[in-house]
Amino acid sequence: MKRRLRRRSIPVVLVAFCAALLIGWAYTARGEGGEPRYFAVKGARIVPVSGPVIAIGTVVIAKGLIQAVGTNVTIPAEAWVIDGAGLTVYPGLIDAGTNIGLAQDDDGKKPGRPSGAAGPEDRPATTPWRVAADELKTDDKRIESWRNAGFTTALVVPEGGIFPGQATVIDLGGERAGDYVVRPRASVPVSFKPVDGFFGFPDSLMGTIAYVRQVLDDTAWYTQAEPIYQANPTITERVPYDRTEHVLSRALQNNEIVLLPANNTIQIVRAIRLADEWKVRAVLYGGQQGYEVAAALAASKIPVLVNLKWPERAKDGDPEAEQTLRELRFRDLAPGTPAALAKAGVKFALYSGGLDGPKDIFKNLKRATDAGLAPDAALRAMTLDAADILGLSDRLGSIAPGKIANLVVTDGDIFNEKTKVKHVFVDGRWFEVHEEAAPEKPGEKKLEDDDGAGSRQAQGGEGVGR
Amino acid sequence: MKPTIFRTAVLLFAACMPLATHAQNPGTVFIQNATVLTVTHGNIEHGSILIRDGKIAAVGADLKAPEGAAIIDATGQYVMPGIIDCHSHIAVDGSVNEAGPAVSSMANIADVLNPDDINIYRDLAGGVTTANILHGSANPIGGQTIVIKLRWGKPASELPFQGALPGIKFALGENPKHSNFPTPPGLQPRYPATRLGVEEVIRQAFIEAREYKKQWDDYNQRKAAGEQNLIPPRRNVQLDPLVEVMEGKRYVHAHCYRADEILMLIRVANEFGFKVRTFQHVLEGYKIADEIAAAGAGGSTFSDWWAYKMEAFDAIPYNAALMAERGVIVSVNSDDAQEARQLNQEAAKSMKNGGLSANDALKLITLNPAIQLGIDARAGSIDVGKDADLAIYNRDPLSVYAVVQKTLIDGQVYFDRQRDIAERATLAAEKQVLLDKEKKAAEAKKAEENPEKKPETKPDKKKKPPQDGGGAVARGVAGGAL
Repeated sequence: MKRRLRRRSIPVVLVAFCAALLIGWAYTARGEGGEPRYFAVKGARIVPVSGPVIAIGTVVIAKGLIQAVGTNVTIPAEAWVIDGAGLTVYPGLIDAGTNIGLAQDDDGKKPGRPSGAAGPEDRPATTPWRVAADELKTDDKRIESWRNAGFTTALVVPEGGIFPGQATVIDLGGERAGDYVVRPRASVPVSFKPVDGFFGFPDSLMGTIAYVRQVLDDTAWYTQAEPIYQANPTITERVPYDRTEHVLSRALQNNEIVLLPANNTIQIVRAIRLADEWKVRAVLYGGQQGYEVAAALAASKIPVLVNLKWPERAKDGDPEAEQTLRELRFRDLAPGTPAALAKAGVKFALYSGGLDGPKDIFKNLKRATDAGLAPDAALRAMTLDAADILGLSDRLGSIAPGKIANLVVTDGDIFNEKTKVKHVFVDGRWFEVHEEAAPEKPGEKKLEDDDGAGSRQAQGGEGVGR
Repeated sequence: MKPTIFRTAVLLFAACMPLATHAQNPGTVFIQNATVLTVTHGNIEHGSILIRDGKIAAVGADLKAPEGAAIIDATGQYVMPGIIDCHSHIAVDGSVNEAGPAVSSMANIADVLNPDDINIYRDLAGGVTTANILHGSANPIGGQTIVIKLRWGKPASELPFQGALPGIKFALGENPKHSNFPTPPGLQPRYPATRLGVEEVIRQAFIEAREYKKQWDDYNQRKAAGEQNLIPPRRNVQLDPLVEVMEGKRYVHAHCYRADEILMLIRVANEFGFKVRTFQHVLEGYKIADEIAAAGAGGSTFSDWWAYKMEAFDAIPYNAALMAERGVIVSVNSDDAQEARQLNQEAAKSMKNGGLSANDALKLITLNPAIQLGIDARAGSIDVGKDADLAIYNRDPLSVYAVVQKTLIDGQVYFDRQRDIAERATLAAEKQVLLDKEKKAAEAKKAEENPEKKPETKPDKKKKPPQDGGGAVARGVAGGAL
C-alpha cells in the first residue's frame, strides 16, 4: 500500500528531521513548514517522452513543478534526494477517461432525466452544468489504487444522460479535493444513448442525435443572440435565460473539447461527419474498431480516446447464442486498434473505461502491445499525447522543466508486468509505494467477493506488482 | 498463428467487398445471351446489355462485346431491372422508431444508416438494388427518410441514391394512436389517441411550420434590407423538414390503412399546399383509387396481407391491380427484410389476384416504385442511359422457382450466388478459428483465476515485511548549504 508521506511516513520524517537537527540543517527543513516540496531523483534512467531517454540523469522537483532534468543539474540544498540507481523515471500516466473519484450511480439514471419528455424542448437527460470537480470524492479507494500503479492524472467523466456534465482533469493526490483539480471544465462529454424506452423522448439513436443537434443549434443561437441583446436592451426583446444554453455556450467559447461516442466503424464514421457538421472541437471516445477506419480518422485530424476495455463475449450471455463472424472479428482485432492508429498517424490516448483496476488496465494494454503497438507509442499515448488531446501539454505529459511534477519511478520498464512502482510524485508530492502484504488466509478473499466495495478495496492494493 | 489469422481476416474482408468486375477495359461490362426484361419496351430474347461506367450504354439482340469488356454470360437466364423496395427498414442503426413525441420529424434515418446490416446483402440476394428506408409508424409525423442503393461493403456515405429527394414518414390510424401497444401503467399516455387526434397533430405541426417559415422569411427580409442588431429566429430541427415538405423538397410517405383517413390526409395536404407522394400499405386504396389518382399520389401496398389488425380487415389481394386499373401508380413493397428477398413473387401474385400482365406485375417492383421515389430517370427499367442496376435470375423472375444469380448496382456485381456458395466454407473456417481462439483464451483465464492449481509456496514469499526497494529518501547532502 502506498501512503501519503505526511501521514504514513512520519517515522521516516522524524528520523531525517533528527538527523538534520544533529547536523544543524534544521532551518531549511522547517522553512517549508510541512511536507517537503523539493526533491531530486538522482542517477536514474529518465524517460522524458518529449525527448530522448537519458541513461543516467537527475530530475529536480521544486514546489510542485519540475525544475530541472538532465545529466548535469544542480540539486538544491533543501531537496530530499532519492537514489535513482537502477530506477527509471517516467512522466505520470494519464487515464484519459474514467469515473474514479465520482460517486457511482445505481444505474446511471440519477441526473436530469425527466422520463417521458415530449420533445427536445424538455431538455431530457441534460445537465451540462454539473462539473466533475464539484463532485469529487477523494476517499474513493480507486484513486490510490490507480496512483500506486503509476497513474498521476485522469480525465474524470460524469455519467448519466446525453449531456451528463463537464469532465474534469484531476491529479491523483492532494490535501483537499480542490488540490486535485487541474482543469475543472476540461470537456463536454456527449452520449448518444437513448434515455427512454418507447414512451419518452428520445428513445432512439436517431432521436438522440437529433436532440444533440437541436441543443447545439440552441447554444449557437444563444451565443449569437445574447450579446446582441446585451448591447441593445432597449430595442431588443430579452433573451430568455436557459441554463443549458448558457453553460454550453461558455464551454464551447472556451474551446472545450466535446467528447463524442464512437466505438465501432459505423459510429466512428458517423461521428467524424457529425463533428464536421457541428463545428465542435471533437474528440472521439471508444474507438475500438479504429483498425478498420484509421485512414479516415487520420484524414479527419480528430483525436481518439481508445477504451482499453476490449470487447468480450457477454459473461452472462446465452452460451448457445449464435456468435456472428463480425462480432468474433471485432473481439479478435480490437486490441490492434492502437497500433493501427499509431501507424496511420492518428493522435490517440488510452482510457480505462469500465475496467476494475490497474491490473486489468495493464493486462489489456499488453494485448495492444502484443498486437503491434510499440511500447514507446503506448507510453506516449498514456502521457504526452493524452495531455495534448486534453489541451494540457504545456503542463502535463512529459518530464521537462516547468511541467507539473507528476512522475512515476519504477524498478524497470513501466509496461513489464514484473516491474514495481517505487515512488510516485503527484504535483510534486511524494508518494511512496509499499508492497501490500499478501492476504493471510484464502478465506479472507471470499468475504471480499461478497461485496462490491470490498473487492474494489482489494483491487486497490494490487497496484504494486502488476 | 496470429499473423496468419490476421492475414486471413484481411483477405476475407477483401473478399466481402463488392466484387469488382476485373476487366481490362475498366467500367465496361457485357451481359450476353439473356432474356432481357426491359419493362419499358418488351422482352428481348438472346439479348445483351452493354454497361459503361455504371450506366446502361446499349440494349439489344445483336450487340457485340467490346474489346476487353468483362463478360457475364447469362445464357438461359433472365435479366430484369434491379428491384426497388418502396418500404424498407433495413440498414438502420438503432430503433427505426423515435416514438417519444407525436411529431418526431427531427429524427433522420440518414444519421443512422448502417452499411453493415446483413439484410443489405440478403436483400441483394433477392434482386433488390434500391430501397426506400423509412422511419417507423409510431407517430402521426415520423422521421426523415432516405432512398439508398444496396452498395454492400461501402460506407454509409456511399449508400444514398444520389439525387433522390429525401422523404418523411407520416402514419395514420392504429399505430400513431398507440392502439396496439398501450402505455404502461404509471406513464402518461401520449396524445393522440384517436384518428381525429392524428389529424389534429398533423395540422398543428404544419401550422407551426408555416409560422416558423414566416419568421425566417421575415428575418431574412429585414436582414437583406440592412437592419442591424437583429436576433435571428431559433433553428428548429423538428420543423425544418416540414417546411421542406411545403416547399416540395421532401416527399411524404404516409403509412395508412383506411379510406377515410386517406381522404383526410389528402384534404390536410391540400390545405397546406403539399402533395402526398405515396400512401404506404394503403390497404383500402381500392375503395378510393380515383381520389388517390386525382391527388397525384402513388400507392405502395402489400400483395396479400390482411386481417392482422382491426384496421386491416377490409384489405383484399386485388388492391394493387384495382388501384393500377384506376390510374394510380402502384408498387408492392416488403416492409420486412425477409419478404424483401422475394418481392418478385409478391409482384407475381397480382397476376393471379387481379389479372395484371406479366410486365405490369414487374412494374410493381421496378418502374412504378422508381416513379414514386422520383428516380425513374435513373432506375426502374433497362433503358439506355439508366443506371446499370440489374438482377439476373436463372428463370423467369415471376416464377416461384426463380433464383437470383447475380445482382449488379452501377454495373458492379454486388451479389454473385456462385461466389457466395464458394465462400461459405472459408468463412465458416475463419469463424471456427476465432471461436477456438476465444475458447482457449477463456480456459487460460479460468486457470489463472483458479488459485487451487497454483503452488502453495507463493503467498509465503509475499509475507516479507514491506520494504523500500529502491532508493531510500535521504536528506540532501548536496553542498554545504548553511
